[in-house]
Amino acid sequence: MSDIPNTTPRQSATFDEYTNSEIRRAAATGIYDIRGGGAKRKLPHFDDLLFLGASISRYPLEGYREKCETKVTLGTRFAKNPIELDIPITIAGMSFGALSGPAKEALGRGATIAGTSTTTGDGGMTPEERGHSEKLVYQYLPSRYGMNPDDLRRADAIEIVVGQGAKPGGGGMLLGQKISDRVAEMRNLPKGIDQRSACRHPDWTGPDDLEIKILEIREITNWEKPIYIKIGGARPYYDTMLAIKAGADVVVLDGMQGGTAATQEVFIEHVGQPILACIRPAVQALQDMGMHRDVQLVVSGGIRNGADVAKALALGADAVAIGTAALVAIGDNDPKWEAEYQKLGSTAGAYDDWHEGKDPAGISTQDETLMKRFNPELGGRLLANYLKVMALEVQTMARACGKNHVHNLEPEDLCAITMEAAAMAQVPLAGTNWYPGKGSM
Amino acid sequence: METIDLQTQGLRALNSTLQNTAEVSTQEYTIVNPQGSHAIAVGLNSPIQVTVEGSTGYYCAGMNQKASIHVNGSVGPGVAENMMSGEVVINGDASQYAGATGHGGLLNIKGNASSRCGISMKGIDIVVHGNIGHMSAFMAQTGNLVVLGDAGDALGDSLYEAQLFVRGTVKSLGTDCIEKEIRNEHLQTLAKLLARAGADAKPEEFKRYGSARQLYNFNIDNASSY
Repeated sequence: MSDIPNTTPRQSATFDEYTNSEIRRAAATGIYDIRGGGAKRKLPHFDDLLFLGASISRYPLEGYREKCETKVTLGTRFAKNPIELDIPITIAGMSFGALSGPAKEALGRGATIAGTSTTTGDGGMTPEERGHSEKLVYQYLPSRYGMNPDDLRRADAIEIVVGQGAKPGGGGMLLGQKISDRVAEMRNLPKGIDQRSACRHPDWTGPDDLEIKILEIREITNWEKPIYIKIGGARPYYDTMLAIKAGADVVVLDGMQGGTAATQEVFIEHVGQPILACIRPAVQALQDMGMHRDVQLVVSGGIRNGADVAKALALGADAVAIGTAALVAIGDNDPKWEAEYQKLGSTAGAYDDWHEGKDPAGISTQDETLMKRFNPELGGRLLANYLKVMALEVQTMARACGKNHVHNLEPEDLCAITMEAAAMAQVPLAGTNWYPGKGSM
Repeated sequence: METIDLQTQGLRALNSTLQNTAEVSTQEYTIVNPQGSHAIAVGLNSPIQVTVEGSTGYYCAGMNQKASIHVNGSVGPGVAENMMSGEVVINGDASQYAGATGHGGLLNIKGNASSRCGISMKGIDIVVHGNIGHMSAFMAQTGNLVVLGDAGDALGDSLYEAQLFVRGTVKSLGTDCIEKEIRNEHLQTLAKLLARAGADAKPEEFKRYGSARQLYNFNIDNASSY
């Protein structure tokens, strides 16, 4: 043996294990990777912000004693019937088709118990979802699958989807294996074929057209329903401004951590911005238009707990929406199915092949046998518990900052622990009174 | 017969009146002075008869159910978009997206229709007595599009199960759209539609186009088609 010491074998940071496995997979299959969920890469996020808490200059409120209000009203600008929510946390749009009927029912049940709204998705409104959702937002999507005026009138609000955080500028594809008889019928397409969800609306282009489209929807629904416009986190300042100009009651802004039922991995990880970078430009647009709080801002993409919610509100949002977290709450990626995740080549916590319809938890599937594993009543209860915990957590943060309403949280309550977060959230780097770009805007 | 002057009564009053008729009403209404306004006669849900005297803007007759709406003029983009049932007749030309995503009923355009006519249609029948523009019937799912004149570029691109019948020339077919044999059942369908639309044409004069169904399930070898 030589006495010359060997250097330790060194893995490339550029060609890491995951990257190499993806190269080999692409070479073997000749197709890009499709998956569900949002961006998995590490991004600047709410964890990079901290609340300062009260001190001599701010008086805290007494926990469990002094009132800290969580109610929020959405749609106060033009709609005759704005939506009143008990908590500033809503359930984001997820389609029947991508999710099973019982899973959609559970989302409705949980949201209703917690006093908040849930949202349909591509594929239309199911009777069980409407029946179990006291407040239901009906998505108006480019595909118009299942769209009809009766359901528009049955909705409590209407969300015109322009984009979503996981894939701003991209459409969707529900693969044939998830197209059951019922899904096919609702979408007016044959069973078993891939169903493309278009990336653009078929009958309008641009903000001037959108304004007229909103007029039409308002006329059809007697100006009763709040009209939301959902945008992906692409150009939040200008998109928010144009949504306001077009007549939105509510702007829903989804960052790149926001999930999708299925799209290309490369799209999810490389298009769009993290939600942390999107909120302040959107709020700035609302303020520049004199519409902050008159047009409500709902943000989504990676919201996990009450601290995330409180930080989003402090940056100027009126409410948040959760999708992935809601699915986890009702049983998605639960370790109890680990053996089955392993059989699918995945592991609990990482399972994201939602488009294949083989979800062991019975949530992102149309398989009758798998769906029977899922109890919608239990799922609803789990979701309600989770939502209530988050609301309590938000109140805890707000009281610690001396606020008697969660909407009174403000950027001055925050500091950032990374330069990136300081720049994106426009709050001072911890220990300083400065953030990158301050004074240059 | 009730006459409604849009310029004096306003859009909200007009649509509210038309939407709130009894479910079985066959009342007749005439709308005068439309002056190119948008969203005229949208969301109707009873078998009333509506005549618009003049041209309209966007989304005239949008999401119509049961009503019979006649426009004596031309219409802007998205006429009868997402129509569910009933009949819409245009005695003039139609702009882009005519009949977009329509689920049912008959859209009868006596003049020409612009681009993307019948885009993403889901069961509606559309008869165009003149020509249609490019990208018509894009991603059309079900229903029938009948064109007595010519069709522009990329007809039926990414077509699903809708049936396209063209009497004149087709500038080009879109991806996955092919000419198909016209069989007896198609001739019968066509004859009925032509009769309903009052069209002066014979079914035998048409060619039928439909989906080649090669893009129904993703295949990497088709990537050059997209």
